[in-house]
Amino acid sequence: MKQDDAHISWVEPPKLGLSGRMYLPLLAQGLTTTARHLFSQKVTTQFPEQRPEIGNPLIYRGVHRLNKDAGGRVKCVACFLCATACPAHCIDIIGTESPWDDREKYPESFTIDELRCIYCGMCEEACPVDAIELTSMFDLTGRSREEMIFDKEKLLSVYDQTKDAEPSRSQRAASEGATT
Amino acid sequence: MARVIIDSVEIEIGDDERLNGIQAAARAGIDIPRYCWHPGLSVVASCRMCLVETGTRNVETGDVVMLPKLVPACQTPARDGTVFITQSDKVQHSRAMVEEDLLIDHPIDCPICDKAGECYLQDYYFKYGHGGRRADVRPFTSRRRDVGPTVTLFTDRCVMCTRCVRFTREISGTSELMVRDRGAHEEIDIFSGFPLENKLAGNVVDICPVGALGDKDFLYQQRVWFMKRHEAVCTGCSTGCSIYVEENQDRVYRLKPRENEHVNQWWMCDEGRYGYHYVHSPKRVVGAQRRVETSEENGDNVPAYENVEWQPILDDLQARLAKAGRLAAVFSPHLTVEEAYLLAKLVHGVDAEATLAIGPVPVVGEDESYPNGFTIRAEKCPNHRGLQLVLSHFTDRVLAFDQFLEELPNIDVGATWVTGGYPQPWIDEASASRFDEVPLLIMQDIFASPLWERASYRLPGVAFAARPGSYVNHRDRLQTADWAIRPPAGARVEGSVYWQMLGMSGLYRPQRVLDEIAATVPAFAMAAGPLPSVGVDLRLNQFAEAATAAASETGDHC
Repeated sequence: MKQDDAHISWVEPPKLGLSGRMYLPLLAQGLTTTARHLFSQKVTTQFPEQRPEIGNPLIYRGVHRLNKDAGGRVKCVACFLCATACPAHCIDIIGTESPWDDREKYPESFTIDELRCIYCGMCEEACPVDAIELTSMFDLTGRSREEMIFDKEKLLSVYDQTKDAEPSRSQRAASEGATT
Repeated sequence: MARVIIDSVEIEIGDDERLNGIQAAARAGIDIPRYCWHPGLSVVASCRMCLVETGTRNVETGDVVMLPKLVPACQTPARDGTVFITQSDKVQHSRAMVEEDLLIDHPIDCPICDKAGECYLQDYYFKYGHGGRRADVRPFTSRRRDVGPTVTLFTDRCVMCTRCVRFTREISGTSELMVRDRGAHEEIDIFSGFPLENKLAGNVVDICPVGALGDKDFLYQQRVWFMKRHEAVCTGCSTGCSIYVEENQDRVYRLKPRENEHVNQWWMCDEGRYGYHYVHSPKRVVGAQRRVETSEENGDNVPAYENVEWQPILDDLQARLAKAGRLAAVFSPHLTVEEAYLLAKLVHGVDAEATLAIGPVPVVGEDESYPNGFTIRAEKCPNHRGLQLVLSHFTDRVLAFDQFLEELPNIDVGATWVTGGYPQPWIDEASASRFDEVPLLIMQDIFASPLWERASYRLPGVAFAARPGSYVNHRDRLQTADWAIRPPAGARVEGSVYWQMLGMSGLYRPQRVLDEIAATVPAFAMAAGPLPSVGVDLRLNQFAEAATAAASETGDHC
């Protein structure tokens, strides 16, 4: 960049007047903001005693769950589309022939590394049978890294915990129920 | 010279070529969709997916007269003046209708179908289908039944192209599969009690354009889009079929035949196809080891081994090899041409009089030929011919393994280098005991054997999927394989060991070795430069030489 470049227009800072140089009006302006917040309604939540309100749990992206069908079986058909879509490569599935007559394939093992996950929700988008969903559970803690790798049983238990508060999201899942 | 016009692209076809519309269009770079047509099978024109507009051009006036109806491109010969139109509205509409018809009673269980990702029905639907679904048929799961020990049939996914039926009739000649019932109730089936049980059965899965025929060995193991395919050569027998090794994260999931008109056309046998499992056997030996001299006083004759890193063990070995005196080397027919050359060069560099022998050549049964000419060879190793060609460059007397065992006590060898790499046990206790008197025995193998127990140096090798290099099949065709997976930790590609011991710089590059072989060994003169993926016939130059010699004798310059 050259100083005499025709594309550059040089701007001088405005000259401050007397009041400006004394900073007093600006000081008053700032103190007014402080005072206003002193008396307005508080926004801080006292977590964990007080739980924050989640706007719309249906679009919140928290801990995953694996949905069950009407028969209580895992809904997942082990198609690997979530693992394909996952940008963090945190989903690991082992698919095999299902023990049931009406289903061909099911996940023998289904693990999600919740620490590696970036909670983007792509797995939920990709799932053709609405088996994987992101719940509104956000305060996920664990004592070790291993504990944060969720296996199939744990993901199914998240469903049991959240199914009443958060029904399965898609209308298709609601209307089809056990047919998958 | 016939001139054919396809979508305003004019191509020329040789006089001795007989192409149909699909093949002619492929020459022009246009892909005509099809299900039932396969280049290796007869034409039935039953799927109607390849319907195109066709006509003829009057050679004198240049006027084109089109046929009023659509015709199947697979059944329409491309003659001089034939015109194909493959992209018109009429053709597109026809394709969309065929797709819709096939999908009316298709399960659409793509999420669990192993073919998804390489399925013609799926691909053509996205390319030629018309989006919506007008039929009110809900997706359902497919009925499934076994048709043989290796193949399973998902009945409802089938599009009735009958490729598999024609395959068993024309290629394997066993005719197990048939079409049952008529019209909309047509199904592929076997006759009760006669399962699909021939050595080419796995090919019906490859040629199935949809997911109707499934490979039990591969079923639900991996989604196809996760795998990478590598060009390779089957090491199951000396036919040396061109194959793809398909792997994901250093694990081989399946082998697929690769088209090669000179060797295997489009097929491969089940022995080769399912014979890769030993690659991931937990019994593979890993980790370089050196024998520790145990003193007699301890009273135990059990040899002890210490684990040594690859770099020091090779330096140590090099020093001992130089002082060993007479050398002998046994070349496994599973080694590549490049590896055999490097090992022979290494051994010859130390002892120019070294004895070179070819390891045991496993022969099982007799050659099996199929009606179309496909042959499963009895010689169950890929590179016997290549070894003969390479080793005869170094010595006039290449010993067979039996000969070598007999002569071994008579030659006062200081060191013997033995390479294995066989999938099956290859040496028994009696043969191995002939090596008892060898003071320095260097072993490269993938499984423990009686000889492995006697080794002074144990250098674990690799299986075919990790081995780059070239093989020469029984008809002198040299084909190059790429490595598909990395060796297991603690094992090293045989060639890279020789490469390092010969003091060559950088990583092991078989192509560089092959260039050197082509320049120095006359039998390999044809292998110079980058090779086509179908390989090269090493005898070509001999034919050419013979032809020029014959021509010069008669003084005929043609």
